[in-house]
Amino acid sequence: MAKVIVVTSGKGGVGKTTTSASFSSGLALRGNRTVVIDFDVGLRNLDLIMGCERRVVFDIVNVIHGEAALSRALIKDKHCDNLFVLPASQTRDKEALTLDGVQRIIDELKESFDYIVCDSPAGIEHGAYSAMYFADEALVVTNPEVSSVRDSDRILGILAAKSRRAVEGREPVKEHLLVTRYNPTRVAAGEMLSVDDIQEILRIPLLGVIPESEAVLQASNAGTPAIHLEKSDVAEAYKDVVARFMGEDVPMRFVTAEKVGLFKRLFGGR
Amino acid sequence: MPTESPAFKIRNASFPLFVLHVQTAQMETFTQQMRAHVAQAPEFFAGAPVALALDGDALPDFADLAAFMREIGLPLVGLVGGSPAQRDAARAAGLGLLPEKPARARAARAQPADGEQTTPAVEPAASPDQAEAAIGDDARTPAAQPVAEVGETPAAVGLGPRGALVIDKPVRAGQRIHAEGCDLVVLAIVNAGAELIADGDIHVYAPLRGRALAGARGNTAARIYAQAMEAELVAIAGYYLVFEQGVPQEARGKPAQVYLDGERVSLSPLRPLR
Repeated sequence: MAKVIVVTSGKGGVGKTTTSASFSSGLALRGNRTVVIDFDVGLRNLDLIMGCERRVVFDIVNVIHGEAALSRALIKDKHCDNLFVLPASQTRDKEALTLDGVQRIIDELKESFDYIVCDSPAGIEHGAYSAMYFADEALVVTNPEVSSVRDSDRILGILAAKSRRAVEGREPVKEHLLVTRYNPTRVAAGEMLSVDDIQEILRIPLLGVIPESEAVLQASNAGTPAIHLEKSDVAEAYKDVVARFMGEDVPMRFVTAEKVGLFKRLFGGR
Repeated sequence: MPTESPAFKIRNASFPLFVLHVQTAQMETFTQQMRAHVAQAPEFFAGAPVALALDGDALPDFADLAAFMREIGLPLVGLVGGSPAQRDAARAAGLGLLPEKPARARAARAQPADGEQTTPAVEPAASPDQAEAAIGDDARTPAAQPVAEVGETPAAVGLGPRGALVIDKPVRAGQRIHAEGCDLVVLAIVNAGAELIADGDIHVYAPLRGRALAGARGNTAARIYAQAMEAELVAIAGYYLVFEQGVPQEARGKPAQVYLDGERVSLSPLRPLR
């Protein structure tokens, strides 16, 4: 049975799209037939991060309006054979996403994919609502700072009250916490919330911690999901996340500040 | 079948009930004023059962009256007191019969044995203030009064469907829980930005970090209890207290209660009274 996973956060700029790109790529790298949908109609970004922006002809709104078949709007990823991207429209507004239309798309995708990853826009408005409504599981992306945690809390409340699973009284949406832009050194210095602090407030299971890294920016600009960056801690962290999501028992990494030893100080780290 | 599981059980429970005193024999005047009154606060009255009290020996058409009350969403459940003729007519129209005076409700909470000053005596569940707040300017209309009292049996633990609203999931930023006409018990965290409202007491057996408003309909005896008090705001019967600098040190993060002391909202750490 295909699973619908929403990547959401409430707050903008915390790494939803970066996560959607890397997480869906990671699922596909493990042989799962995966599709990632950009719900950020009006501000599409996912295609840029996936490096397929020049191949966008039709988008999700075209499909909803019956102007294009779903199969024609899906773009095959350049890195993974099993991964497809359904881009957002840049010229419409979010109201163009009707729940009926989204449901038709998701139902059709369920027939040929194992995982459907929905990249939610920021906020709690219609776009975010339509991205989360059909979700079976949710990756809640949070940065280690107070306002991001508060917004994630808000989103968790909405998931628990307004998702289709909640409305129909079925088993609730399975929630996963993903802390991004984590800098253990700054946590130790008291400048950032720790993973424990965040969990104390949100109280949902931790799926992973993605370290703060300049490599993410470079990867975005290059149109390559961060998970493909060879030997980077970010790629390793995302691979761990996917492994844990698939049920593997992988120890948490990148949560404690690395002690800079003599060797490293002499020869330089990183 | 050797034994059959019981199809029902009867429990003793007490609920606040409005008593509607009809003071006119003019059905038209009555229905007109009643409609206007309900229209002012349709939410407040929605579905509330009402007992009827009659002035003198007026003998209205009970069936008509009951139909009208159903229509405006305040179903008549019975007649309070009344003459034998009135009671016969009411029974014939399918209404229940209630005694003239409600049984005196026992104090909902016992006073501490030594009558300590810091724990003010608490009025029965439905205090006069509650009735006033409910009715506003018109003091002649219904008064909220308990009509029966809860049996002091172990079974009273499950106070029936409206004993308390129990929430066992985190209450998150932006969520609002309203326990109408009853207490609210929350077994999970209440985060900053969340709001709890109860007409009765509020109990939070986890950190309380959001806002909590007890006695929302004016019950000044309502209280708030939290296992770890970190609230943004607390209120009892409309009197509120904000914690701009955080909850005072002596109660912060600790088990604490909030109650109304005159017109002052008081916060104190919970200590065993022995």
